Amino acid sequence: MNDETIIAESICETAEVRGTAPALPLAAERESSQPLLVIQPKSGWSALDLGEIWAHRELLYFLTWRDIKLRYKQTMLGAIWAILQPLLPMVIFTLFFGRLAGMPSDGIPYSIFAYAALLPWTYFANAVSNSSASVVGNSTLVSKVYFPRMIIPGAATLAALLDFFFGLIMLGVLMLWHHVSLHLGILMFPALVVLTTALALGIGLLFSAWNVRYRDIRYALPFVVQFWMFATPVIYPASLVPHKWRWALALNPLTGVIEGFRSALFGRPFDWMSLSFSSGVAILLLFYAGFAFRRMERTFADTI
Amino acid sequence: MKPIIRVENLGKQYVIGSRQGYETVRDAITQALRRPFQKVSSPKRERIWALRDVSFAAAPGDLIGIIGRNGAGKSTLLKILSRITEPTMGRVELRGRVGSLLEVGTGFHPELTGRENVYLNGAVLGMKRSEVKQKFDEIVSFAEVERFIDTPIKRYSSGMYLRLAFAVAAHFESEILIVDEVLAVGDVAFQKKCLGRMSKVSKDGRTVLFVSHNMAAVQQLTTKAVVLHQGAVQFVGDTQSAIDNYTSMAALVGTGVYEVGRDGRRLPGLSNAVEFLRLELGDKSSAILASDQNLTILATLKGNETVHNFRLSITIFAADGTPVGSAFGQENLSIQQGHRSVCQLRLEGLRLAPGNYYCGLSVGTGDPSRGHKDFDVILDVLYFEVLAPRASTKDCGTNVCAARCTTPSGIIWEIAD
Repeated sequence: MNDETIIAESICETAEVRGTAPALPLAAERESSQPLLVIQPKSGWSALDLGEIWAHRELLYFLTWRDIKLRYKQTMLGAIWAILQPLLPMVIFTLFFGRLAGMPSDGIPYSIFAYAALLPWTYFANAVSNSSASVVGNSTLVSKVYFPRMIIPGAATLAALLDFFFGLIMLGVLMLWHHVSLHLGILMFPALVVLTTALALGIGLLFSAWNVRYRDIRYALPFVVQFWMFATPVIYPASLVPHKWRWALALNPLTGVIEGFRSALFGRPFDWMSLSFSSGVAILLLFYAGFAFRRMERTFADTI
Repeated sequence: MKPIIRVENLGKQYVIGSRQGYETVRDAITQALRRPFQKVSSPKRERIWALRDVSFAAAPGDLIGIIGRNGAGKSTLLKILSRITEPTMGRVELRGRVGSLLEVGTGFHPELTGRENVYLNGAVLGMKRSEVKQKFDEIVSFAEVERFIDTPIKRYSSGMYLRLAFAVAAHFESEILIVDEVLAVGDVAFQKKCLGRMSKVSKDGRTVLFVSHNMAAVQQLTTKAVVLHQGAVQFVGDTQSAIDNYTSMAALVGTGVYEVGRDGRRLPGLSNAVEFLRLELGDKSSAILASDQNLTILATLKGNETVHNFRLSITIFAADGTPVGSAFGQENLSIQQGHRSVCQLRLEGLRLAPGNYYCGLSVGTGDPSRGHKDFDVILDVLYFEVLAPRASTKDCGTNVCAARCTTPSGIIWEIAD
């Protein structure tokens, strides 16, 4: 024990001697019930500590709520934007691809064929974009208060989910309009939403952490998202791709998800192979992103 | 009894220089590509210890002040204790929840109403929703914003905003409360209320760490204090001794000469049309003056533009940070672009009470009564000590009194050019 520690100890003792009498028993009680928290330098990988995130679940709720509340503040159309975001591209793609280019759509009217994929795609793209920018966007929080940082991209992803639910209303309208009846496959719908969320969150966690250090992410992301959309059968059917290139399409974890949404809505058989592949990728990605985020978050406050 | 906070050999190293902060992907890639061919893995980066070998402990119910000059490591220490950043070495043990008021209103959003912000901010600080709900009325009445609670806080006055922010944080029931300079919040009445709140917190057996430049507040609020100097613990003990230690150190550190450097004493964001290069006390053999002596300061200026009719001004601060007085010179100085000149600034018959002081200087035009524009401001330099006068003390009395009155511009000296 060095000198300074001894000094420190001696202060404590004097405190005991002169401490205000009624406070001491109270404090002692409290002390015994309080767990010890140790702060020291860490290196390498550390635990995910999901329990800590669970303990901060209310913060997750409030940040999500804040994101939603602020998103359409001072807009005239408000939450209608949530519906327009996948709807407007659908109209454009229906005009240009569906009508003019005669894009095949597996025998389903092109408009609903496209919307069924644009809706989850818009959710995925917004969730990835919002969460990637989220940690830097909340730099005042990150540099002033402690809480598990994963909550920030998590809240951004959840906030995008609400838009998705709004968009479902339009999907219902379109399905009625085109007399598309529901099939048993619709039961897979919630599972597909979870899968999309997992993929978006995994990528969002990674990008949001990288963005703290490398602001290039902000500029690269729009291109990545756009390219990714064309690499996914969103506005064209997977069946359009020649057989010998199908494997390349299947390497994209979003392929299985987007085609899965169409299967669930239009009662076509599911491609279980590509769905299992997407799920596998999602689980691995989420784990890797979680640990990588934990590793990188230590320097957030110093670099942001 | 076990200490509620135990800090052992705590250290934090920062990398400084132009490459600090975020990098681009290109840098990372080129670095990775070079690595196999390069023996030196990292480029020359200057590393500084913002905090080094800091150890102290606090018992439940302690009110501890943390004092030190700018850059002494106070904020870094608080950031580590509140887990915002990780230490480079050492260890901290905490037995209890930590509430930090590092900057009140963190997480406040201008578009949300007062009510919404209370809940959001409470969650950010780590309060349960039920806890906020239960204390909501208390928080609102403490902040005195009852009428505006459903108004977006962008419509609040800055005082209302800060009061609400402080109120939320002050009602967070943590065993350890870390407070950084929040007493600058609001008017005098509210400051008193805040001080009262913090003493109450400690009477409940909770521990408060209070960081401030305002020695009066530290003295009033805390019973013990830690003095930090250049990242290391200089002194630990009762508050009065700590303040004495700090103020005497401030005088020792002060040399009669200050070369303007990158140590953060230059106020950023000014035009620097004319800038300070060097400041020195006229009698640089010692930084000790008798109270009836003249204070002479030589300022070396550089003109980055040609400027006519500007002036120098000086504000003198007591060692605890209280401004004691200001003086503005005649606007009759001129400088050519690219030229240097040395100006002398003399305060005749200083007549300050014995004690330690330091200066802030500015070069610019105008004065506070009709608006002013500063080209360059250097703060927190030229520490000097005033001793009791050598000769008769016939008109010392009045100004001793004035110097103790803590109003800024309490004394206006004439500057003899």
